[in-house]
Amino acid sequence: MTDFVKYVIEGIPLGCVFALVAIGLVLTYKTSGVFNLAFGAQAYVAAVLFYELRVRNGWATLPAFVVVVLIASPLMGLLLELLIFRHLRTAPPIAKLVSSLGLLVAVPQFVAILLGTEPTFGVKGIWWNDDALYHFGDYVLDGKEMAVVVSTVAAVVLLGVLFRYAPIGLRMRAVVESPRMTELAGVDADRVSAFSWMLSSLFAGLAGVLLAPLYASLVPQNFTTLLVAAIAAAAFARLTSIPLALLGGILLGVAQALLAGYLPPASLLAQNLRPSLPFAVLFLLLLFWPGLRTAAVSRDPLSGVDPPPMAPVAQIRGRFLTLATRIFGLAVGGIVLILAMTTFSERWVTIFTTAVIFSVILLSITVITGMAGEISLAQATFAGVGAFATAQLVSVFGLAVLPTMFVGALVAALVGAIVAVPLLRLGGIFLSLGTLAIALVFETVIVPLGWVSGGAHPVRVPRPVGFVDDRSFLLLCVVILVIVSFFVILVRKGTTGQFLAALRGSETAAQSIGVNPTRIRILAFAVSAGIAGLGGGLLATQKHIATAQDFSYFYGLFLVVLVVTLSTRTVEGAVNAAFGFALIPPLILEPLGLNQAWQFVLFGLGAITYARHPEGVLEFQKRKSLAAIERRLPARLRAAPIEAVDPAPAPAPATATGGSD
Amino acid sequence: MALLDAVGVSKRFSGITALDAVTLDVAEGEAVGLIGPNGAGKTTFFNCLLGQLRVDAGSVTFDGRDLTRAPVYRRARAGIGRTFQRMELFAEMTVRDHLLVAERSRLGTGRFWKDVLNRSAPSAEELARTQSTLELLGLATLADAPIEALSLGRGRLVEVGRALMTDPKLLLLDEPSSGLDASETAALADSLRAVQAERGTAILLVEHDVEFVRTYVQRVFVLDFGTLIVSGTTGDVLASDEVRRAYLGETV
Repeated sequence: MTDFVKYVIEGIPLGCVFALVAIGLVLTYKTSGVFNLAFGAQAYVAAVLFYELRVRNGWATLPAFVVVVLIASPLMGLLLELLIFRHLRTAPPIAKLVSSLGLLVAVPQFVAILLGTEPTFGVKGIWWNDDALYHFGDYVLDGKEMAVVVSTVAAVVLLGVLFRYAPIGLRMRAVVESPRMTELAGVDADRVSAFSWMLSSLFAGLAGVLLAPLYASLVPQNFTTLLVAAIAAAAFARLTSIPLALLGGILLGVAQALLAGYLPPASLLAQNLRPSLPFAVLFLLLLFWPGLRTAAVSRDPLSGVDPPPMAPVAQIRGRFLTLATRIFGLAVGGIVLILAMTTFSERWVTIFTTAVIFSVILLSITVITGMAGEISLAQATFAGVGAFATAQLVSVFGLAVLPTMFVGALVAALVGAIVAVPLLRLGGIFLSLGTLAIALVFETVIVPLGWVSGGAHPVRVPRPVGFVDDRSFLLLCVVILVIVSFFVILVRKGTTGQFLAALRGSETAAQSIGVNPTRIRILAFAVSAGIAGLGGGLLATQKHIATAQDFSYFYGLFLVVLVVTLSTRTVEGAVNAAFGFALIPPLILEPLGLNQAWQFVLFGLGAITYARHPEGVLEFQKRKSLAAIERRLPARLRAAPIEAVDPAPAPAPATATGGSD
Repeated sequence: MALLDAVGVSKRFSGITALDAVTLDVAEGEAVGLIGPNGAGKTTFFNCLLGQLRVDAGSVTFDGRDLTRAPVYRRARAGIGRTFQRMELFAEMTVRDHLLVAERSRLGTGRFWKDVLNRSAPSAEELARTQSTLELLGLATLADAPIEALSLGRGRLVEVGRALMTDPKLLLLDEPSSGLDASETAALADSLRAVQAERGTAILLVEHDVEFVRTYVQRVFVLDFGTLIVSGTTGDVLASDEVRRAYLGETV
């Protein structure tokens, strides 16, 4: 029994950090409809800033705390609101999620560029003496842990007072429902929204500063993991209740400490299960917690007033321009391939092979996001499934590598289909969060197992016979990319693609003509996971080895950001994204002496534009410039105009269901 | 036996009874109206028929089959087509694509392997059927226009066309005249008459516009506060005291 109490007390400090983040998430979701994945990045920035002031510049604790938590953090929240999220108010929740995902990728890397990447040891907390021990009967908490508990209590009490006694609390709730409606009632929605962002960012800053000393050094991954763990607590609160978020966070911390205490420390279960607990909990909550899926989605009744701009119509090109762009693309591709096969150095051949392989992996996002309209954050995981399946089948059964890669793709497709069944009961952002939970459960529980990744001894994969040297392997990769590209194009043109496009346009309307949405989406998940798995198998074969870090969940996030910035709709969008990913560092960053991290910053910031241009910001520019070229062409080369278009165009087709009765 | 038989359909939302044992039937080829003041439960009833909402009690039988618990897409396949009050069109598709995708869904011949082997292009027969529906609705000149370029009235016709491609025995129209001006409404009514004359489709119309109902349907059901207060031939019902009371209040 005393053990039990001891573990409970041990779990409370970490639980409090979870709670602070969960409260911040609930606060932004409730007041701006943004599920703010960038929260982890904000906490990280606060922690780094505090470290800079307190340790590197030797400030006293109090001024450092005031500057970081009470001034800098709310300011950052204000900036995010002013520059980004204010303009996305009427965008659907999934678009806002992608924007915050872009920030999650970009911001920590930007900090690394600004402050350098020297190791940050000796992180200090905000308590008078971090290592002082406080005895409660038989139980002990140190200064860092006391700081967490006391600050959490204080923050929650203040928040409660604010919501209960200040009119801003009610206004904040009204703004979520409908910013425009609230404005009609004489409330400045912009100000209310800005205030709530500042408030929630303050929570992020506090959580960051409190969490930092619990780890040995400052690593952005810790904060991202913290964020995902806290999502479980926020889900427990149904994304609406602040007291429940507090309770959920603490319960989660305690449960983790109990698991750590009671499971035998050497067992595989303890090593794998304990860190994955929050993700498993998140997954189960998403599936079974009543009211989470239905209640949390609020739709602005006036969102149609200024809907996001429509994408320029894709079929604007005439036959001539289409032919010209295709010939140009093929010529460039062909010349580069010939050069790669003949004159490129080893290094450049490797870079191009990587680009081609990533093109294959990114095409899986073209299917799931561009065609099915779902944001999956588990694509790197599916790639991993393909890679590990290929590697194990080859090494255990001695199968030939090339056909086995396709078997690996089938295994990944099967996993994708199985995973899709429960996920598809969720919709929108909850589906995305579910894929994130799955990616993390895979990474922490399944991948470390010996029969998956080989554990401490990663599995080696030989090159296929006949494609052993780098140049011929590049050729093989190009052939596979061409096959996969045609595969994707055919699926998009075909019945599957048309049904998916209909579902993307209007789910109820697609059902009303007899399309079974679950069946077709499971198919999309399977196809996408299969393509990712094939790419994963190629990647492992290129590197001769299948390792866990090539398929980490963070890669899964970055892959989405990469494609979303370029274009989710087209094959060349995925290929461009992959070549950008592979070529920007050696071609642009290195010659300019710039940090590699710039790449993450650029693509991360690019993804923020998803809400305005879901077809991809570069795709948007491309369509615009092609339309401009088209206008300058002589008339006989232009696309035939549509014979009679209505003089009065319709408003954007509503995606919302329902009616007023 | 009637084509559609909804018997004793009830629906509650956390204590509020939105529908209380509503019974309604539509015969083959018939045009029936469902009217009632705001908040009467028309859309709720509609959604119960279509499977968008699950009924708490009662049954929905269509064409001899019990569809009470069937999902939305199964009811569509059984022969219930619909249009929407707020337009639900497929972005970035042309008018013809809207009809073709519905045609493919009706045939159920789409297979993933056919897509992959490039054998999914619309057949001559599919194109011909699509063309005849486009002509029936007067949309032939707009066939290749992107859906974003259409007016509200034309958009609603596309919805009708899309529904017709699934060869429905019954077409449910949810306030088809909402948002249309008088001439657009008249054009829509003409198109619907043409559809009925040519294909013999039964129509159930939920409508605010009493004029539209008067000129168009043969029988009317009237809902008020979730209960069916009166039903019968259009002329009788619209002249009845119950309807006057429901629309205009007790004192009249």
